[in-house]
Amino acid sequence: MNLLEAKNLYKSFGNINAVSDISISLDVGEVIGFLGPNGAGKSTTMKMLTGFLEADSGSIEIKKIDLSKDPINAKSIIGYLPEGAPSYSDMTVKSFLYFVGKMRGLKDELLEKRLEIMLKDINLSEVQNQIIETLSKGYKRRVGIAQALIHDPDILILDEPTDGLDPNQKFEMRKLIKSISKNKGIIISTHILEEVEAVCSRTIIISSGKVLLNKETKDILKNKKENLDSIFRKITK
Amino acid sequence: MKLYIEKLMIIFNREFTGYFRTPLASIFLLVFLALSAGMTFFMGQFFQRGQADLNSFFVWHPWLFLILMPAIGMRLWAEERKSGTIELLMTLPVTNSQLVLGKFLASWFFTLLAIIMTIPIWITVNYLGEPDNGVIFISYLGSWLMAGCFLSLTSCLSMLTKNQVIAFIVSTISCFILVMSGFGLVLASVRSWAPLWLTEVIQSFSFLSHFKRIQYGVLDLTTFIFFISMIMICISINIFLVQLKKAD
Repeated sequence: MNLLEAKNLYKSFGNINAVSDISISLDVGEVIGFLGPNGAGKSTTMKMLTGFLEADSGSIEIKKIDLSKDPINAKSIIGYLPEGAPSYSDMTVKSFLYFVGKMRGLKDELLEKRLEIMLKDINLSEVQNQIIETLSKGYKRRVGIAQALIHDPDILILDEPTDGLDPNQKFEMRKLIKSISKNKGIIISTHILEEVEAVCSRTIIISSGKVLLNKETKDILKNKKENLDSIFRKITK
Repeated sequence: MKLYIEKLMIIFNREFTGYFRTPLASIFLLVFLALSAGMTFFMGQFFQRGQADLNSFFVWHPWLFLILMPAIGMRLWAEERKSGTIELLMTLPVTNSQLVLGKFLASWFFTLLAIIMTIPIWITVNYLGEPDNGVIFISYLGSWLMAGCFLSLTSCLSMLTKNQVIAFIVSTISCFILVMSGFGLVLASVRSWAPLWLTEVIQSFSFLSHFKRIQYGVLDLTTFIFFISMIMICISINIFLVQLKKAD
């Protein structure tokens, strides 16, 4: 089932073309790895897919809902972790998740249930009453993931979810993404090629705002002569 | 409509309780109460005047709000932009008007709390004499409306920068201009070279001129409409600025 269909997206900031003619399609069970060097347009594309930025031209449909015409309903289907996992640092973990859940329109009973699941599944139980400001980077990132998942969205968009995490935390995060990917569509932006190999079913490489490669990850890995690392370096040079 | 208000209230609650999550609320309330009492009793000569009214209390409000309202409102948007939470907030299923109104109302009702905490002074004047409580009530209402104007302007300007200190300074200067435009000295200097209509326009924008009328118990429709429309204009500009500047 198709969850997200973005066609011919363009976005420029002044004279700079951040995104030129990018099209993405996301199905249930798919995990798309969005790769590219710094300034390639990954975050700008994600910001457009989540409705934070408006595209100059092109269309985005979330489960057949036009994002530009009905942003409220389209946004409610998406869970989003922005770059750097921003959160309200003066709130406790639980109150922050409660706030996001309420904003997502969850009723009290369901929200309590979802909170319990999030705290348990994302290992936040022991810090649930702690002020977010006092948490380590790894915990803050987990809080970001929890807020993106609180309403059990069909689509999950994660901008560099493992950035700044230690190897153990990265492993845990990838395990989590894999475990929830069966009945969702997930888009992850990353610099880390091994992450794409580990969790992504499809790889999209972009540079200077253009899609340079859009392939099933297993097909890329079949190629014995070239690995993802060499392909990435060759096409983004 | 019900859903619109529900979301607005969630934003309101987060912002309102946010004041109490840091020492900001207690510091603000303390400073406001200390300054308003100090100004009333010492500079306003509350006892020496020997009159059963609260003129010596309300006369300082435009000057107090000039500093204190920007202090409350400076964080409303500048902080969201600096910490990046604006991206989180604006990808939630919520409209810009819900966000702007929720935030503004939270700061406005926080100010109401501060104003309500000065009620002992109202009780005092009733204990000492027989004041016109209708005039005092209207003055309280006018004071709160004027605070709303300062806050909506500050909220608007706070969207233009990521730096709270800059938001505070620019807001204070803007509020100062709006207060001073009704000051006798300023009007006299404008009157010397400007046509009469321009002087009248400048005067009509002054918070001071409007608040003076309220202070004497006259909350006429013009003054009421002036304050309400100032708030509504600032909120509308704020909604527009959120859309325009969110990703800068």
